[in-house]
Order: sequence, then structure tokens, then C-alpha cells
Amino acid sequence: MKTLVWVEHDNAHMKDATLAAVTAAGKLGEVHLLVAGANCRAVADEAAKIAGVGKVHLADNAAYEHALAENIAPLVVDLMGHHDAFICPATTTGKNIAPRVAALLDVMQISDILSVEGDKTFTRPIYAGNAIATVESSDAKLVITVRGTAFEKADATSGSASIEDVSGAGDAGLSSFVGSEIAESERPELTSAKIIVSGGRALKDAETFEQVITPLADKLGAGIGASRAAVDAGYVPNDYQVGQTGKIVAPEVYIAIGISGAIQHLAGMKDSKTIIAINKDEDAPIFQVADLGLVGDLYKIVPELTEKL
Amino acid sequence: MKILVPVKRVIDYNVKPRVKADGTGVDLANVKMSMNPFDEIAVEEAIRLKEQGKAEEILVVSIGPAKAQETLRTALAMGADRAILVQVDDGTEVEPLAVAKILKAIADEEQPGLVLLGKQAIDDDSNQTGQMLAALMARPQGTFANTVEVDGDSVTVKREIDGGLETVKLALPAIVTTDLRLNEPRYASLPNIMKAKKKPLDNKTPADYGVDTAPRIKTLKVAEPPVRQAGIKVADVDELVAKIKALGIA
Repeated sequence: MKTLVWVEHDNAHMKDATLAAVTAAGKLGEVHLLVAGANCRAVADEAAKIAGVGKVHLADNAAYEHALAENIAPLVVDLMGHHDAFICPATTTGKNIAPRVAALLDVMQISDILSVEGDKTFTRPIYAGNAIATVESSDAKLVITVRGTAFEKADATSGSASIEDVSGAGDAGLSSFVGSEIAESERPELTSAKIIVSGGRALKDAETFEQVITPLADKLGAGIGASRAAVDAGYVPNDYQVGQTGKIVAPEVYIAIGISGAIQHLAGMKDSKTIIAINKDEDAPIFQVADLGLVGDLYKIVPELTEKL
Repeated sequence: MKILVPVKRVIDYNVKPRVKADGTGVDLANVKMSMNPFDEIAVEEAIRLKEQGKAEEILVVSIGPAKAQETLRTALAMGADRAILVQVDDGTEVEPLAVAKILKAIADEEQPGLVLLGKQAIDDDSNQTGQMLAALMARPQGTFANTVEVDGDSVTVKREIDGGLETVKLALPAIVTTDLRLNEPRYASLPNIMKAKKKPLDNKTPADYGVDTAPRIKTLKVAEPPVRQAGIKVADVDELVAKIKALGIA
């Protein structure tokens, strides 16, 4: 089977999410990559170094700069003439593009796979991760999105794939990019952070969140996450949200502070290696999944913990 | 313009789903069902656009068993004008691709200026239908919408993306899928629930639209996720510090 993997990037650098998708694709057979963007040859050079990649298709066109699905999907459909599967990391970009491609190919997409069980058999979470379904596709071509935290990252340095330029139809004339507001952060990106310190509604307000959570995260070199309640209450921007409808993370250590542990939140973090919970309610559901729990007032505990680490 | 809002009847988001012992699926017998939360947000947004004078009519559609009528009545009570139920047998799951094909056929008949869907259903967690519908209609898509502004013949959508927000401008007709923070859905008042009973609701079947709903994906097994080992509770911060240091992260 020949797979085409979407390379996630910002036109200057490849993003880590790509590497897990390459690992998943490698389980199906020959791996080709697609780098689509504007002035993005550097990304193709980077992608060509991923171990196990046979070829990098480079589509460099102003119409592809912001990965608008209307422009990208026809390009992918063209390339699917000689590929058997299209695989995207399950990022917001991947989730935006892949179903559009699937419908144009008249196939059902398989979303957010956790494992590859066979040529056409995969596992995926349903009901906010409360059940794992094993599914088999009967379609001639596969369109798949891959949960990044479920696969090892492919080695990004030892490959030497060739780069082939492809042209696409370019601008479909249906949509245009207006602008973006990207949160600047020195911190490790949430989905690739080894340690995450996460806060919930108990933090009261944005200022308290910053005062309590940030020093601990700084001390540990950790990413900062939040529950939906904390995001909805405006303590932190919404791209901090960990959960079924936010980011799915699986760090080495996840520290949940003032988070009760609703189903929606657990769906986003319960595959973390070690979960530490600090909460004043000893019956909070978070303690049912926590490896280490401490019951008490977070305003006393967290500063003391930061101090002593 | 007319706004089309597809809604899905799903397990209530507060209910913890139980996997059937024989591994064939999740037990939905006698479980509370509700409108998919993202769809409530879509209905609310459609109503707000109507209140702003940007839309004249809101058509809600559900594809599901006879009981999905309740979900449509809820949408009508919130403020939608009329409904279509595309009925399938109880227990029949219709995949996003087939749903998108049925919606495409309805859109061909009704010619909506905007289709508003939830970004994903909380049962199958697919996050596909809106994008697939946009592809089949050959129209632009604004997924994971945080803000929607209709202006003349275009719609500007602020989207929630990894790392922040992005704004795109789409030519109408367009397909928009809602994220959580787009709005706070209203509750239906009792008088409106009574009025909703009189609003028109058409009954259809997938065959009326010539769509084959045979599944492309076969579910071989549904299992419980791996259970985490119960952990320990520590007595104080010193003990927690010692355990954290033992993990080798500090």
C-alpha cells in the first residue's frame, strides 16, 4: 500500500505532529509525503530527512499558504490517483482537510486512529474515549486521521527522500485567508510537552491562574493546560483546553490542579503516563485516574510544592 | 436567506456510556438522549442571525430514528421555523458520508445560503459531516467557528485552530461548523415548547433522496478502554515532592 501523509508546517518548519502520522503510515506500507504551502521548500528539505519516507511531493503555490481546505483538497485528490491512503495528523488542519478529501473520493474517513491492526483495520476512540472501537474499512482508498499521542514519533534525521515538485489547480476561488492571532509562547507546545501543569475552575480568575500555575510550570519546564471550565471562565485562551473538544495530550507527567475530572476532560489526558491530582474534594473523579493524589487547598499546596521542588 | 441546521440525537453528555458485554457497541437502551451540544450551538447561531435580520427562515434536519423528532421539536422550540426528519430504523447508524449526501440532496431542494452544523457529534466523535457536505456541495467551509459574521454575499468566520485563532472569508453559500465558544444556547420556554408542536415537521426517508446508507465501515468490536491502576493518596507536600523527584522530572 502506498500512503500519502500530510506534512503539518508553518511554511518555515515542519511540526512534530507529522512524525506520529509517518509512523502510522509506515505500518501500512510505502510512505510519501505532501508538503503544500508557499515558499516552503525548507519544509520539504526537513521532511525529506524523516526516516522511512520514499518521496516528498512539494506543492509550492501562494494558494496553499494557509492550508485552506477548498484549495488543498483538489490537490490531494489529484495525488490520490496513485496512492492508496491519505493520512493526516488529527490536528485542526488535518481535521479540516481530510473529510473534504474523503467526500471527494467518495470514501468514509476513519478519524483519530489509535492503532493499525491490519491493512484496513484500525482502533479509534468513541464516546469521549469511554469506548474503543475496532473498525474495518470496505472502501477502495483510505482516508485517515491519526491521534498523535498514540504513535511514536518517526526519526526525523536519518532519511534521504527525493523531492518532486507537483503543481495543483491552485486557488479554488471560494475562500480567502484574512488573518490569524497566534498565541506567542516560550513554553513547550501542549501536545508535545513532556510535563503539563493544568488548572481548573478552582483557580478563580486569570490573575490567580497565572500566579499559582505559572511558577510551578516554570520550575518544571512544563506546558500549561486548562479544563474547559477554566477556558470558558476566561482564565486562559481556548487553545489551552485539554479534553474531548480541545487538545488530546499524553505527557510523561500531567499535574491536574483544581480540576474535578469530568468525562470531557479525562478524554483528553487519561493516557498520560503519570497523573498527579491536587484537589480539595477527596471524592473528585480525578482521583480515580490519578497515580498520586493530594487532598487539600491548592492555594497552600501549590506554592509550597513549587518552593520545595 | 435560508439557514439549514442539521441536528443529531445523541446520548446525553452527562451520561457515562457503558460498553455492552458482548462487545457489539455501547448500551443505549433506557439511556437519556439529548441534542448534540454542538448542534444546540448551531441552532442558537442560526436564530441569532435571524434576529439580526440576516436570515428569513431556519430549517432544521435530523437523520435518525422516529425519536429524533423530539430533537427537532427542541430546535423548533428554540426558534427554528420548520423541520425535516429523515427517518431510519431504530438502531441504524448512518455514517457521516451518507448523512452528508442526504444533506446535499436537501440543500439542492432548499437552496440555503448557509448551513450551520456542530463541529462533531459526541457519540462517534468523527468531526467529518460538515467538511464532507462542503465538498459534495463544492462550497467553502468554515470549521470550528468561534465567531460568525454574515455580510452581503460572504461570511467571515473566526476559527479556533491549534495555537490560536484564524479568520477566513467565505463566499456564500457556505458551510460553517460550530465550536464550543461560538455562543451560549438559549433554553426553550414553556410557551415556545407548546408552539413548537404546531410547527411543520416533514417525514422523509433516505430513499426519498436516493441515498444509499449502507455502512462503508464495519465495527468489528467495541471494548472498554484500558483501566488505569488505582493510585495512592499522599499525606502532605513533602511526600508529594519526594514522589515527584522519584519520577525524575525535578
